[in-house]
Amino acid sequence: MNREKEELAVFSRKTLGFWVYLMTDCVLFATLFATFAVLRTATAGGPAGSDIFDLNFVLIETMILLTSSFTVGLALLAAERGLRYQSLTWLVITFALGATFLGMELWEFNHLIGEGHGWQQSAFLSSYFVLVGTHGLHIAVGLIWMAVVIFRLIQRNFKETDVRRLSLLSLFWHFLDIIWIFIFSFVYLIGGMA
Amino acid sequence: MRKPELHTRDSAVPYKSYVVGFILSVLTTLLAYFFVVNDLWPKETLVYIVMAIAVVQLIVQVVFFLHIGRGSRWKLMTFIFTILIVAIVVVGSIWIMDNLNYNMMDMTPQEQQQYMSEHEGI
Repeated sequence: MNREKEELAVFSRKTLGFWVYLMTDCVLFATLFATFAVLRTATAGGPAGSDIFDLNFVLIETMILLTSSFTVGLALLAAERGLRYQSLTWLVITFALGATFLGMELWEFNHLIGEGHGWQQSAFLSSYFVLVGTHGLHIAVGLIWMAVVIFRLIQRNFKETDVRRLSLLSLFWHFLDIIWIFIFSFVYLIGGMA
Repeated sequence: MRKPELHTRDSAVPYKSYVVGFILSVLTTLLAYFFVVNDLWPKETLVYIVMAIAVVQLIVQVVFFLHIGRGSRWKLMTFIFTILIVAIVVVGSIWIMDNLNYNMMDMTPQEQQQYMSEHEGI
């Protein structure tokens, strides 16, 4: 009993530590957002946001990420209730949605570079690629982490430690979704206005 | 087979919280998209409306997905501190850099005086 209490206290410190990491990540994104905001008009004769952004495409991306944020929450709830297969199913769905999102983002980058609007064209595009690319990098890391969790769940019946790891993963994933909401609003919606 | 007994700190988080959060997030996203695509207001107004909707959605997700009120009080404290830092970095950068842009314009002091009195009422 005592040991359990101790473990819970350790976990609660770990959660707080992870939370503090997320907050510092927030500051990282804040600097990138500030850079983007400052350089938004520095197009150097190249295209502005309204010329290159396809809002319908981005809306679909947003909905996919939003849904994945929901399903990772469902995976965590199922895991906490000890429902292994249900949790696994939601996790696989989340992984698929996240991978689709990342694929769409890469496709968009590829498309822009193919049109000649790479990061070297203007300060605006540089800041755009860095901001959105950093978010994409986080998503990629989150997907690797999720794959590890999924394989562990397949291999053995989960223990409490697995559920705790999953709860940190879900924190990370929700956090990325919130960052994306700001990218969607500030970069695409506001940056895409003519 | 015995189901493992699992007790984690957030085990009291209800299913409903995620559903409500999800529905509200989808609605706010669609609302912002709808306003921008249909150009319902002039650009300046629209910018503030989109920002306001983003903040609403931030609050929705933080409350319903991240469950900020639960668990350690430090979670809330660090969150508020981060918001403060983020606001200083973003608002401060925009403020200072816009001012710099304005001061870097190729003007004589007289022209600058005139520009300022025309645009800022100084």
